[in-house]
Formats: sequence, structure tokens, C-alpha cells
Amino acid sequence: MGRIVINAALCKGCYLCVEACRKKHIEIDDHLNAQDCYPVREAPNTECTACPRCATVCPEAAIEVFHD
Amino acid sequence: METNVFKRPQALTDTPTHYCPGCGHGVAHRLVAEAIDHFGLREHTVGVASAGCSVMMYKYFDVDTIEAAHGRALAVATGIKRTHPELTVFTYQGDGDLASIGLAETMHAANRGEKVCVIFINNAVYGMTGGQMAPTTLLGMKTSTTPTGRSLHREGSPLKMAELLSKLDGVAFCQRVSLHDPDQVYEAREAIFRAFEAQLEGLGFSFVEVLSACGTNMRMKPSDAQKWVANQMCQAYPLGVFKDDEA
Ligand SMILES: Cc1ncc(C[n+]2csc(CCOP(=O)(O)OP(=O)(O)O)c2C)c(N)n1
Ligand code: SF4
Ligand code: SF4
Repeated sequence: MGRIVINAALCKGCYLCVEACRKKHIEIDDHLNAQDCYPVREAPNTECTACPRCATVCPEAAIEVFHD
Repeated sequence: METNVFKRPQALTDTPTHYCPGCGHGVAHRLVAEAIDHFGLREHTVGVASAGCSVMMYKYFDVDTIEAAHGRALAVATGIKRTHPELTVFTYQGDGDLASIGLAETMHAANRGEKVCVIFINNAVYGMTGGQMAPTTLLGMKTSTTPTGRSLHREGSPLKMAELLSKLDGVAFCQRVSLHDPDQVYEAREAIFRAFEAQLEGLGFSFVEVLSACGTNMRMKPSDAQKWVANQMCQAYPLGVFKDDEA
């Protein structure tokens, strides 16, 4: 199993991570961040496999991935 | 025990970038930073930035960085590497910078076999100045200076820098990669690592051409711009290793 930590302040809302995740573990937040973007957050009731496709495509290096 | 399998590289600062959402520059920066971390070069690296959207990369890399005049990054890199051969030197240049105004510097530095790494961002346009045609713009592609599409007879065909440079004796490593999906990013990381390794081994000039999305000037949302790179750019610019002196 895995876990991601999203630095929402860095997120630009490109949503490339949403497309990259095969587990639909990332969704769009409904609160703007300080850059006036809707950042992403973890989607409830979904799992992370620590693959780490989302972090690989993130242009802001805003996602960290952990594996246990 | 929990392990961190993906973390923000130490060679990046915490500063948010000014890049547009989904811009390939951010991913390319991170891959270079990963290479710097991997080889333990943070205190021994000088980056040379170019004029273009990446002009402020000194804010994002936690290594010494110098800003070259438009097109002159490889002249500056030559000076640094020749006076400080113990340093690792890389240039980071767009296609307007490297393949247009800086073409002479690029060809001669490569031909001299300067022992530096070049990260060449091919996004098919002049991004920073508003999406004008670059030497790398695809045939038929509309830009602000080719409103009816680039024409073979008027503007010539796209310049294939990786193919051109791989023919020069001074070039030790030359590969073209893309950033349009996770698997391609993994490949790009390998290529950038190999380019740094070639410099550390003193083999010669190393060049990585990175196909990169500029959704803003393509008037596309980030995911569509990635698909455009996958379908259009990868066809015009075949991916692969064009030269590897070590292999
Ligand atoms: C001598 C000179 N001429 C023109 C310019 C204007 N200028 C700034 S960036 C640029 C082109 C940038 O395009 P590219 O190298 O493809 O990088 P990108 O912005 O796409 O990353 C130009 C023409 C300049 N800064 N200096
Ligand atoms: S890829 Fe990065 S910047 Fe883009 S939406 Fe995901 S976390 Fe935000
Ligand atoms: S204009 Fe294009 S190259 Fe420049 S930051 Fe935006 S997406 Fe990136």
C-alpha cells in the first residue's frame, strides 16, 4: 500500500496527475489556493499503490509518494 | 517500515515556478535536479540559463546558475568548464535559443566536444515571447508568425537538432526523449542521468533533446497538449538514442 502527500500550495491545477493515476486516487479540491488554482487532493475511499505515476508527471514536484 | 519512494529533489528550491499549468519545463527541471542529487553534485554544478520561459531557472535550482545572453549559453558554458574543469556544467535552452539565434554556438561547442551537458527543450514554439514560429515548429502548424501554418516552401522543414548533432565527432551522447506520459518521463530521466554521467566520465559533449508541451501557445489544456506531443511531435521527431560513445 502507499500514500501520497500533496503540497497544495505548489499545485497549478494542470490535473496531469489525475489522468496519470490508474486508481483514481486524486481528485480536484473545491477551494482555491494562493496561486488562484484549484489544487488536487486525495480522493476518499480509493487506494494508492505508490506506483508513483502522479509524482512523475507533476511539473511542480508537488507530490511525494510513500510505500509501506 | 514506510519508505519515501518519490520526494522533491534537494537540488530544487521551494520556490513555486512561474510556468503555465502543465508546462514541460517543470518536469525537465525536476529531472535535472534528480540527476544532480543522484551524482551528489549540488555543490559542484553550474547551470547556464537561456533567454526564454526558463530564464528565471536560477530561482528554482539550488545550484549556482548564470544567465547567458540569448543563444550564448554554450559559449558561457565553454568558458566555465574550461576554467573550472572540476565543475559539472549544464545548459538549459529552448528551441528558439539553441536552434535559432544560438545555432552557431551550439554547433561549434558540440563540434569542439566541450565536456558539458545540454538540456534542449523542444516545445515547437518561442514560448516566452508569444508563440512565434521556432526552427522546430512542425509543418502545417499555426503559430503567431505562421497564421496559415508553417510551409515547407516558405519556412523550410523543422530542424532536427539531435540528428544533426549526432553526426559531429565531439558529441559523446545524444538522445531525444519526450515527457508526455509517466513512462516517457522515466526514459527522459535515464537519458539525463546518462548525459551527466558522460560528462563525469569526460567523454565529451552530451545532448538531450526533450519534447515538451507548451499548452498555452498551442491553445490547448494540459492533457490535450500532452496528447499532441505524443501524436504529432513524436512522429516528426523520432525518439531514441542517436549516439552513445559508452555503449
Ligand atoms: C538578442 C535577443 N533577441 C530577442 C530576444 C527576445 N526573446 C526572448 S526569449 C525568445 C525566444 C524563446 O523561445 P525558446 O528558446 O524556444 O524558449 P521557450 O520560451 O519556448 O521556453 C526571444 C526571441 C532576446 N531576449 N534577446
Ligand atoms: S500534476 Fe502537480 S501541479 Fe498538476 S494538478 Fe497534479 S499536483 Fe497539481
Ligand atoms: S508559455 Fe509555454 S513554455 Fe512558457 S511557461 Fe507557458 S507553457 Fe511553458
